[in-house]
Amino acid sequence: MLERTPALPPAGRLGTPHPHDSAQRHVTGEARFIDDGPDPAGLAHAYLGLSDHAHARILALDLDAVRSAPGVLCVLAADDIPGVNDVSPTAGKHDDPVFATGTTRFHGQPLFCVVAETRDAARRAARLAAIRYEELPPAIDIAAARAAGTGFVTEGLTLARGDVGAALAAAPRRLAGRMSVGGQDHFYLETQIALALPGEGDEVTVLSSTQHPTEVQHMVARVLDLPFAAVTVEVRRMGGGFGGKETQGNLFAVVAALAARRLGRAVKIRPDRDDDMRATGKRHDMEIAYAVGFDGSGRILAVDATYAARCGASADLSGPVTDRALFHCDNAYFYPAMRATSEPWRTNTVSNTAFRGFGGPQGMLGAERLIEEVAFATGLDPLDVRKANFYGPGRDETPYGQRVTDGIAPRLVAALEARCAYRARRDEIRAFNAGSRVVKRGLALTPVKFGISFTATLYNQAGALVHLYTDGSVALNHGGTEMGQGLLVKVAQVVATAFGLPLDRVRTAPTSTGKVPNTSATAASSGSDLNGMAALEACRTLKGRLAAFAAERWGLAPDAIAFEADGVRLGERTMPLAELAGEAYAARIPLSATGFHRTPTIHWDRTSGKGHPFHYFAHGAACSEVAVDTLTGEYRVERVDILHDVGRSLNPTIDRGQVEGGFVQGMGWLTTEELWWDGAGRLRTHAPATYKIPVASDRPRIFNVDFFDGENEEPTIGRSKAVGEPPLMLAISVLHALSDAIASVAGHRTCPRLDAPATPERVLFAIERLRGAAP
Amino acid sequence: MGAFDHAAMRDHVRFLLGDDLVRIASCDPTRTLLDWLRDERGLRGTKEGCAEGDCGACTVAVGRLDRAAVRYDPVCACIRLLPTLDGTHVVAIEHLSGGRGPHPVQDATVRHGGSQCGFCTPGFMMALACLAAADPAPDAAAIDDAVAGNLCRCTGYRPIADAAAESCRGGVPLWPEDIGPRLAALAGEAAFAVGEGGRRFLAPGDLATLRGLLAAEPEAVLLGGGTDLGLRVTKDLARPETVIWLGGIPDLARVEERADAVVIGAGVTIAALRRALGRLHPQVDELLRRFGGAQVRAVGTLGGSLGTASPIGDLAPLLIALGATLTLDGPDGPRTLPVEDFFTGYRATALRAGEIVAAASVPRPGGDALHVSKVSKRFDEDISTLCGAFRLARDGEGRVVAARLAFGGMAAVPRRAPAAEAALLGRPFDEDAADRAAAALRDDFAPLDDWRGSARYRLLVAGNLVRRFALEEAGGVATRVAGPLAGAASHA
Repeated sequence: MLERTPALPPAGRLGTPHPHDSAQRHVTGEARFIDDGPDPAGLAHAYLGLSDHAHARILALDLDAVRSAPGVLCVLAADDIPGVNDVSPTAGKHDDPVFATGTTRFHGQPLFCVVAETRDAARRAARLAAIRYEELPPAIDIAAARAAGTGFVTEGLTLARGDVGAALAAAPRRLAGRMSVGGQDHFYLETQIALALPGEGDEVTVLSSTQHPTEVQHMVARVLDLPFAAVTVEVRRMGGGFGGKETQGNLFAVVAALAARRLGRAVKIRPDRDDDMRATGKRHDMEIAYAVGFDGSGRILAVDATYAARCGASADLSGPVTDRALFHCDNAYFYPAMRATSEPWRTNTVSNTAFRGFGGPQGMLGAERLIEEVAFATGLDPLDVRKANFYGPGRDETPYGQRVTDGIAPRLVAALEARCAYRARRDEIRAFNAGSRVVKRGLALTPVKFGISFTATLYNQAGALVHLYTDGSVALNHGGTEMGQGLLVKVAQVVATAFGLPLDRVRTAPTSTGKVPNTSATAASSGSDLNGMAALEACRTLKGRLAAFAAERWGLAPDAIAFEADGVRLGERTMPLAELAGEAYAARIPLSATGFHRTPTIHWDRTSGKGHPFHYFAHGAACSEVAVDTLTGEYRVERVDILHDVGRSLNPTIDRGQVEGGFVQGMGWLTTEELWWDGAGRLRTHAPATYKIPVASDRPRIFNVDFFDGENEEPTIGRSKAVGEPPLMLAISVLHALSDAIASVAGHRTCPRLDAPATPERVLFAIERLRGAAP
Repeated sequence: MGAFDHAAMRDHVRFLLGDDLVRIASCDPTRTLLDWLRDERGLRGTKEGCAEGDCGACTVAVGRLDRAAVRYDPVCACIRLLPTLDGTHVVAIEHLSGGRGPHPVQDATVRHGGSQCGFCTPGFMMALACLAAADPAPDAAAIDDAVAGNLCRCTGYRPIADAAAESCRGGVPLWPEDIGPRLAALAGEAAFAVGEGGRRFLAPGDLATLRGLLAAEPEAVLLGGGTDLGLRVTKDLARPETVIWLGGIPDLARVEERADAVVIGAGVTIAALRRALGRLHPQVDELLRRFGGAQVRAVGTLGGSLGTASPIGDLAPLLIALGATLTLDGPDGPRTLPVEDFFTGYRATALRAGEIVAAASVPRPGGDALHVSKVSKRFDEDISTLCGAFRLARDGEGRVVAARLAFGGMAAVPRRAPAAEAALLGRPFDEDAADRAAAALRDDFAPLDDWRGSARYRLLVAGNLVRRFALEEAGGVATRVAGPLAGAASHA
């Protein structure tokens, strides 16, 4: 018998750093996105015709010139839809037509599509439509929607505790204000895209760049009037998603499928960047109105806040997005009495949608503004006001009834405060500013507490399908989709670790509705939590079968069998997994298993506004230092220190990437990314020439990222915590550091009330305002 | 002479694609390199992210003989018209590692976690491979600058920059063999004419031929670096019948250093122009560093930047402030005029039919005080909200005797601010003078509100740039927060 060598943890084991599973293919250009083929024979190309008006009656849609343009195969409009002309993801709304009829409700709304032999031909033909409109007055922003009384796209929510009116009246001090928060385009580098392949009979397969293949399947079936089982949706990878492909891919997939069924040919649809930005939804911009009561020690006693959101022309996900804004209007702070109300306004702009954080970032910005107001009003350091208001013993219940008992925020913030030398640097910066006429520095440390789970409880489920082959390799399927976040490598690590296999023996198949059905969107940061556990369940089933087989075959006690890095331990000997799989196969043991997971303990009753909607909270904190040029409003992020709570990291390489990338994306949202609509409702920042996401030189000059040492109290996969969304909100520290620098021009006596995005222009005007000049 | 004899011209485009010599006889004159790579060559590692040269996902390396050596520039394939690759070595992501082992930056990017979704990654690899070939020891600023034209939405850039810092060292050749001899074999006989379906791409090889062509083809579209025409092709779906490319005319690509001036041909790229004018003043160099990303600077030309007459182009205010003159060349021979007289209205110029910008003569500022500031929403790779370039001459007593305050982004054309200039004359240039000039700007400009900035912001900042100039002249005050000029108190 061979002497057993001590097993080193193989590379890729759960909890070890490992590159993205596609990293090697990314850097060589071999990683294939949908547009990269290989193209099926006879591939045709679809292009959308978009509305030229934000709000108008369509008097005539004359598509003759489109139809007769060179290379055109067919033109499709609402009348060509065999099923329902709707791709709304929200049950009962029916307010997201594939092709508008009667009235156009936003500039860039799809009216028809043209399919041609080439994309260029389709694109040229789409411009030949002769459309007569009767213009109607558009309501472009929230103020206009209020004035016009457009109403809500979905029912608003109120979270309340106590008698907020009385508590405000009784508070020793109170103040009120407003904050504007801009939206954000996802700017995934790969635009929306879908490729539909007609099958036999009524079947159709769609390759879709979507975070939610099951919903795409349902939408294709609904619009084409097919059973779900006739539609297969597959996702290998997305070139970025960030929430922008949770529902916004539906329309493109549906149009490709519609055209493919009509022509009996494969059809691809890929909008140009400008059209993608015009025709697809974004992060909601919000107007926050607040009143806060507090005492001289900085303790908040009462909060009354309204979050009005520009939702656009339809509901889409605006209901849950604005709900989540309210769920996070407390951030990490206890409000003894409170009321927060959402107003999801209907506007004549593209329907806003999911975006990393899903309303949470806007909610938190409101909370941090309150902290800042109280700090300026009391003369306390904002960090001290934050600390005075953290959840803690006796003050641990959120407005929605869930308790915050993990005590992480105070410990994590204290650790970061020490690590980044917050107090000493604050003093240094004050001294620097006193001696610097033009350049002013600012510093801020802000926490993040983010609730993990879909607030719609039913989505908190996942399935997996694991095949063990007789050579000991494993094919892994689950319902999660890969958009760059590293989900596939993490779940593969779960499976490899469960079997004791090297990571390269586990292959993850493209996500397919044909393999794992009835899945949820890869969203709400839940991908690893849900799919990791489902895959682990499948592994447990398979290992159980193998162990039972081995115990019987070789007469072993169950505890004598273990799956280890160098093979399967069978009592005194070790057998390669491949050999055991072969033996099991020969004994007619099934080597394929499904796994299923549902998140425990969560519930939520929207009517009462109470429940336990989150499995747990992910925490983090960031301290940002900026330098501001008070002549131009230009600024630079000089240093950022982050301490983030990922529980026990499943893969530190991936998690650090999520933290850094989320931070920089959040920084872009709050600084240079500005969605600018003109009076006619045309988005004028619809391409990278005009819409400015951060570039390499914008990242913090010094960027220290560490993980908080701890594990998830909840029994999640590997005791990890979700990491997709929470880090984005660490960037709130940048906005507050800018505010701190601005406040220095007036002796830190006046709250700058800096709105977002804090473009150089907004920064300069805030400076001018504080200096008392007419802005 | 002067006639463009199609029959006598080379009737095909030829260049090296990786190892292969490519010869294209029939070619849509506005076919982009990206579409050709992806659709005709099946090379789909190069991605389309924006089709306007602003995201860098389509970056390829283009090698050219630069004296004896081959210099590789990062180029956005999405707006690069295929015939303009004539005589070059095109290296796409498939060629970077194909059969030769990975480039060090590829390995390092994997190790550092520099890719997430992976869509932007090939473009980053190509941009960094160009950097590694050009600069044996790039510092952090050089790395950021090399990828300023590449957008990544996932990583936050830190791991990409770390990978570059580790791997782009010691001069890593972009191509393992010296491709110079093969490129040299393609040189000579610069003029060519290709086309398809009656549409033509004409590349004259000398000025005389160009003059004849311009007379014979009044409707033809002139092409310099293509960063403007490329957009019209990809966004407006423009299909000009005839394109005349100026890139094959050596006379237009010259930089001539004279004692009192630098003379720059219209075909000189922004990158080459930066090498020539950046020496005049650190702020000039910084302005030109912030002119697009490396991909734009590598191809965009002086003639294109001025000829398109953008009110927000950054070159014009600089040239106006420096007192540069343009040489225009046309059927009646060359003539000169000051740059400030070139712009006659929104997107309109003094060019007559058949005329082109041939060169700019840029006087050296000598002892004059110079100041250049660009203000944009995002610091790097953004279009100016406004740009100010100022030059002052003073007498022995320190009194201003001549002032040129030129602005972009403040009016329909880049132009001077006469009222503000007048406010500066005859007195020392100090903060009081700057305040007076700033106030006078209200008489000079009534700027627009748009997505880059409001009129109020533009006017306020325009004045503050004059104040910044005064502070910098007085010295001892740090006035900038970003870029290589940040932090230092000027003249301190």
